[in-house]
Amino acid sequence: MQIDLRTVSIKQQRNTFDHLARRFGDKPASRYQEGSYDIQATENLHYRPTWDPDQLIYDASITKIVMADWYALKDPRQYFYNNYTLARARQQETAEANFSFVESRGLADMLPDELKQIALDVLVPLRHAAWGANMNNSFISGYGYAAIFTQACMFHAMDNLGIAQYLSRLGLLLGDQEALTEGKTAWLDDEAWQPMRRYIEDCLVVRDPFELFVAQNVALDGLLYPLVYERIVDGYLSAKGASAVAMLCQFMNDWFDETRKWVDAVMKVAAAESEHNRAILQEWTEKWSGRAAAAMLPVVRKALGADADEVVGEEVAAFKARLKKVGVDI
Amino acid sequence: MDMQVAKKKLSLKEKYKLLTRDLGWDTTYHTKDEVFPYVQYEGIKIHDWDKWEDPFRLTMDSYWKYQAEKERKFYAIIDAHAQNNGHLNITDARYLSALKIFLQAISPGEYAAGKGFARMGREFPGVGTQVACQMQSIDEIRHAQTQIHALSNYNKFYNGFHAFADARDRMWYCTLPRSFFDDALSSGPFEFMIAIGFSFEYVLTNLLFVPFMSGAAYNGDMATVTFGFSAQSDEARHMTLGLECIKFMLEQDPANLPIVQGWIDKWFWRGFRLLGVVGTMMDYMLPKRVMSWREAWNIYGVENGGALFRDLARYGIRPPKGWDDAEKGIDHMSHQFMLALYQYNFGTAFHSWIPSEDEMEWLSKKYPETFDKYYRPRWAHLSKLKAAGTPFANMGLAKLCQTCQIPTVFTEPDDPTSICQRETEYKGEKYHFCSDGCQHIFENEPEKYIQAWLPMQQLFQAPINGDLGAWMNWVSLIPGKDNGDFDGSEDERNFAAWRQQATSNQ
Repeated sequence: MQIDLRTVSIKQQRNTFDHLARRFGDKPASRYQEGSYDIQATENLHYRPTWDPDQLIYDASITKIVMADWYALKDPRQYFYNNYTLARARQQETAEANFSFVESRGLADMLPDELKQIALDVLVPLRHAAWGANMNNSFISGYGYAAIFTQACMFHAMDNLGIAQYLSRLGLLLGDQEALTEGKTAWLDDEAWQPMRRYIEDCLVVRDPFELFVAQNVALDGLLYPLVYERIVDGYLSAKGASAVAMLCQFMNDWFDETRKWVDAVMKVAAAESEHNRAILQEWTEKWSGRAAAAMLPVVRKALGADADEVVGEEVAAFKARLKKVGVDI
Repeated sequence: MDMQVAKKKLSLKEKYKLLTRDLGWDTTYHTKDEVFPYVQYEGIKIHDWDKWEDPFRLTMDSYWKYQAEKERKFYAIIDAHAQNNGHLNITDARYLSALKIFLQAISPGEYAAGKGFARMGREFPGVGTQVACQMQSIDEIRHAQTQIHALSNYNKFYNGFHAFADARDRMWYCTLPRSFFDDALSSGPFEFMIAIGFSFEYVLTNLLFVPFMSGAAYNGDMATVTFGFSAQSDEARHMTLGLECIKFMLEQDPANLPIVQGWIDKWFWRGFRLLGVVGTMMDYMLPKRVMSWREAWNIYGVENGGALFRDLARYGIRPPKGWDDAEKGIDHMSHQFMLALYQYNFGTAFHSWIPSEDEMEWLSKKYPETFDKYYRPRWAHLSKLKAAGTPFANMGLAKLCQTCQIPTVFTEPDDPTSICQRETEYKGEKYHFCSDGCQHIFENEPEKYIQAWLPMQQLFQAPINGDLGAWMNWVSLIPGKDNGDFDGSEDERNFAAWRQQATSNQ
């Protein structure tokens, strides 16, 4: 049975703000729309940056990608601060439960040494890679154009930091502080990690925000997450009995599944904008994903040994298929 | 059976260190200068980034958890506020002017600050500093969005809110906060931290945030005050960051002192000018007053600010250069500002009005030295003109200060009967200022400030070409609805009618 409460009804004067009515028509706007569209200043900028007088404070032309309207790069998840934070709060609850499950039942100590070592060798140095990803997304958010795109990059940056912290906790849980020290030494000196570290450091000097988006979020993460979390953690380690590691990595798995939808949407819209954009995105994707695959290979070898080449090959093919769907053919 | 080896328990501080700053490394494939190209040119010397003390220790999982709790509460309350016509509980529709100014002038600044902190989160070569800046960046996005959402319902019923995004870029009085934030964003990373992190968030926040939010509480605005409570703990974090930042710069190298002092002088004055709007709101726009601007200044400026600068004196920092001029202006600025707003109110997307007799009594009590002597007679004159059916509108164009962009309406610090006007010639052009403070700021960086976009000059250029109607169209101001005297406005009529409908059976 329906109960209808009555409230005093008075006549609204308008449905929404002018800038939203111009975009979507005169109708009520969603909170995502209100919080995201046109909230960055665009006109009558006062001063040029003293840190680079060739740029404007908000400058769409510092990237080679050209968009008639940067607000076309909308987020299919429609994340603004509220629903982003709520979603991550739920995920961190699960992650917390997983960590305490593994900890309280001593599952870490029950892991076979060999598997535990592989998990530490592969996952712990990645906390530095995740920190690099954080800095890169902070850059894209800071210098990219239009709130709708750059807010999602800031959310992504905070996620990268969260992942770096989960990986650090995993290291502490499985191998104490020594594991973090060894992981950092490997990141800095182990030959197998150098192509990856070089990749990240090369990203840190890219100052085209969209190229950085491709290098970090499309190319590197597009190969790293499937290879590490699907193939090594879920596939190899779990199959051999180390499913505790998979539990500790659930956040990363879920996160990649969710965020790739956003990454794909950004690429799809930017590529569909013009042949000019498509050509640039293809060039960047090809260049960076080739390097990313080469950087992943010695890391994957640590877990999968001789099978690494084949597995990386498969994931590169899957990556190409994924990009083809969004209009970037490499 | 394996012996369980007890793991060494890490202290919270050690653990936080491992979860943040231990993530970073010294790059070797590229030099530090290549990776962090902007930290040298301002001349600030940092010898050891590890000496940075984390102002708060918040890992991402706790950040998400705490923030989510606050978000749930906030949206539950503003949903209820909208559903139950909470806007009818405000004291009086005049209060809405404060909200309109907030949305047009302050909320876009929150977004700009977020953008700046994202850049700082990348540009500083210390993980501790970077993480703190990044959290502030995402917080500022939160504040911009929650403010827009809190005020969105008001836009559905009242005028003056609908074009805030256009106003931000084009409206003459919005250029005051816009030029402030543009100035900070076009500065180097260390100056940005002094501008926003220290001056704005630490020295001035209490004068901006507390009056607006207390004003909301005093005037029955549940939506805005909920935002205020919800943002409080974020603001506390931001204040701690601002203070840590300045101490860090001063402790790292004695040569940093004069540079930092120069920025404090500059940003105090820029901030003080921006606060003129807040003072005006407190003294004139809140139907239920919280306290006078003078009283707020005594508490948050003289007492708190004084204590802060006494604390910083051990580093050699002295109070900002404009401090005494500020003190001399306090008893005048809100009156001068409101008089200016009133006579230009054909060009504002909020209403202004002549204070009632009761309110003038209050003003005279709060400003015993100045109100009756200088300002009551002017309001009396304006009342007379209005009663005669010839309300005063100043159709002349205001001369704007090249630095703060406020019309030059303020008086000499030591002579409240003459307008303070300063002039500098630079490369053959004359530039005008409202004060010594603004003139000094210009003269320190003339190449920056000659670039300022001045809205009055814009009036004579395409697409407006001096046509007032075309200008209103360009700033999306609807004449007769958004602008003018509150008395007789649509907002006044509607609010009265709706409240009547909601509280009686007529």
